Amino acid sequence: MTDASLSFFARLGLAFAAFFRILFDGAFAFRVDSVREAAVALPAPETPAKPATASPESKVTAADSRAALQVLAIFQREGRFIDFLEEDVVTFTDAEVGAAARVVHTGCKKALHDHFTVLPVRSEAEGARVTIDAGYDADAIRLVGNVTGKAPYAGTILHRGYRVDAVKLPKLHDAHDVRVLAPAEVEV
Amino acid sequence: MSAKFAIGIDLGTTHTALAYAALDDADPTTTSIETLQIPQSVAPGEVVSRPLLPSFLYVAADGEFRPEATALPWVDSVAAPLGELARRHGASVPTRLVASAKSWLCHPDVDRREPFLPLAIPGEASALAESLVRVSPLEASTRYLDHLRSAWNHAYPEAPFADQEITITVPASFDPAARELTAEAARFVGARELVVLEEPQAALYAFLADHRRGVRELLSVGDVVLVVDVGGGTTDLCLIAITEADGQLEPRRVAVGEHILLGGDNMDLALAAVVARKLEAEGHSLDAWQQRSLVHACRTAKEELFRSDDAPSEAPLVVPSRGSRLVGGSIRTSLCRAEADAVLLEGFFPRVAASAKPNTRARGGLQTFGLPYAQDAAITRHLAAFISRHAYATKDLPGFESHATRPQRFLHPTAILFNGGVFRSDAFSSRVLSVVTDWLAAESAPPARVLAGVDLDRAVSRGAAYHGLVRERGGVRIRGGLAQSFYVGVETAMPAIPGMEPPVQAVCVAPFGLDEGSPEEPLPTPLGLVVGEPVRFRFFASSTRRDDRVGTILSRVPHADLVELGAIEATLPATGRRDGDVVPVRLEARVTEVGTLELAARGPNEGERWKVALDVRSAT
Repeated sequence: MTDASLSFFARLGLAFAAFFRILFDGAFAFRVDSVREAAVALPAPETPAKPATASPESKVTAADSRAALQVLAIFQREGRFIDFLEEDVVTFTDAEVGAAARVVHTGCKKALHDHFTVLPVRSEAEGARVTIDAGYDADAIRLVGNVTGKAPYAGTILHRGYRVDAVKLPKLHDAHDVRVLAPAEVEV
Repeated sequence: MSAKFAIGIDLGTTHTALAYAALDDADPTTTSIETLQIPQSVAPGEVVSRPLLPSFLYVAADGEFRPEATALPWVDSVAAPLGELARRHGASVPTRLVASAKSWLCHPDVDRREPFLPLAIPGEASALAESLVRVSPLEASTRYLDHLRSAWNHAYPEAPFADQEITITVPASFDPAARELTAEAARFVGARELVVLEEPQAALYAFLADHRRGVRELLSVGDVVLVVDVGGGTTDLCLIAITEADGQLEPRRVAVGEHILLGGDNMDLALAAVVARKLEAEGHSLDAWQQRSLVHACRTAKEELFRSDDAPSEAPLVVPSRGSRLVGGSIRTSLCRAEADAVLLEGFFPRVAASAKPNTRARGGLQTFGLPYAQDAAITRHLAAFISRHAYATKDLPGFESHATRPQRFLHPTAILFNGGVFRSDAFSSRVLSVVTDWLAAESAPPARVLAGVDLDRAVSRGAAYHGLVRERGGVRIRGGLAQSFYVGVETAMPAIPGMEPPVQAVCVAPFGLDEGSPEEPLPTPLGLVVGEPVRFRFFASSTRRDDRVGTILSRVPHADLVELGAIEATLPATGRRDGDVVPVRLEARVTEVGTLELAARGPNEGERWKVALDVRSAT
């Protein structure tokens, strides 16, 4: 880490981009989480330490890019998402960026809720004290801080997490070219 | 094969919906009413199922969409997509978009079978006119229904659409020809067991469906229910009196309003006009695309400002740029509640006296050809005029004896049923309630209560499905009958006087309240009809002349009580007669099982009966 920090707008853009990648890319989410908690020395992930009995390729597959591109197209269509990220926002005032962010927020929020049912992983308020019992779902709950001893762990909820309960993506025709996120528009 | 389901279809001006109920449940009082999720294209290549199908049709140019981009689960390609894709894409290409087909369906001055939609714009390029395959209002309605049929058959292949009990709704203000055309569209897509139901009645049926047990605690004999239905494009008003027959409640529809082309879309346009003026004052000029975005932004802002809980006092409005420069090109402004109140509450729901009448202004001499939009945006004024016109509509009903003697300026509603998306915001329904309460207080009548809890977007289709269930399995039924009396114009014989047209009398052929199954009563006076060629009559309606019987003659038209509906036509094939023969016939009217009006001409010989068409080619 260096002392350099990003501008507010660069951070805003990064936050959006990261949000969706975290949502759809489990491995990426894991890496982000590690960085987020970099101050706490995390033990090396356990998985690689396991002796590889089966061939590793069989379990690790490429993400489905069709669905990912479809989601990007929806967010662009409903909330001008790509326009917003691709524009250089450094020269604009906060008010101008804020106005555009409203377009993105309104449209993308609607698109998110139309196509995904997103629920918090934990229903307690952030800041609440909870006990995590042994055998907890390690995909859904990540322990941070001073992780010592054995479960049950007593701790405080920093972030409630998100879990997608239902995905309702539009059906796509097989021949549809999903690489076109937004068609060029030509007025005639 | 017998019907498994009662299907209710709300063929709306802006949205179409389908609800259904199983007919074979052991206990019909607990049968649930479901909404069909309708698969539709939302963008090229993308299909989503939604409960509402936007009633828009897009006439695509050759190659505008790749064939598979408009595929649906049941078809590989659609030449003219409809639903969300049509609505959204058509907003940028208005010359190819068919909207408000339903309003054209009840426009008496056009030929509703003539393909003229999308409407040609003045100065339209001839290249466009040649390449565009236009559709008629009837054809557009048929296509929406055909989409519903396909969606249904896709979801329930074992219970085909054509075999089910189908109830299709029309505005209470639809004239007989528009009702017949709607029924024709439904028959065209295969509906065999068909009934046409008025939308405000369907809304009350939805209320009855939700209170199948315990309805007597909410409605009792002597109640007058005012149904106020303000949808996207139209306002429909209706009065229903609660009577009793054989120990069961029997609501009777006693009056319906005129067809008012005024709704939630007008409210968005009004807000957009105010904001556009503000932006122009700030030096921004909006192009056509941005104008439409502004209307959309205003709709969102309206929903924010008028939401029922925790509404903000100000809502931000952003008109996004057209190009990819979102941050640099967008225009930002805001709308505060006070401005919105001034435009929407005071503009559309002003506090007026019960004696108010809608304003009419002199029309411009030259007008573009279009829909007859309401001239006065004040819904409360239309409402005042409506209930004043029908002040004594209940006087002859059992249980309403006091109404015959009590002097009153308007018919006193005891309950109001709100329907339509506009009333999602409490601000508008509370305003209407408070205005009506003021009117009632001025005549020392108790305030009206609200029949709450209907799903504003789906009540009509749900109520229609429930109506089918009630027909089949029993329950409280609303009595309708004709909401108007109908008259034909007959020229009187007189010596020819140059420059003088012979006076026209109006003769009542179908009286108010004529019900399904009533015996046919031919007109006492025979009319001479020429066979072998079409013969036209002028056709009139009155919603206020309730006591006329078949054969009642109004000596002269125009008459203050009558509204001319456009011509009707009888073509009598010259079976067994020579072309040009004059046959003395008697006109007779009946209400069909479907719920439409049928006029027939009966000849002097046994079995000579010709159907009279209610919608004819326009003279203009």
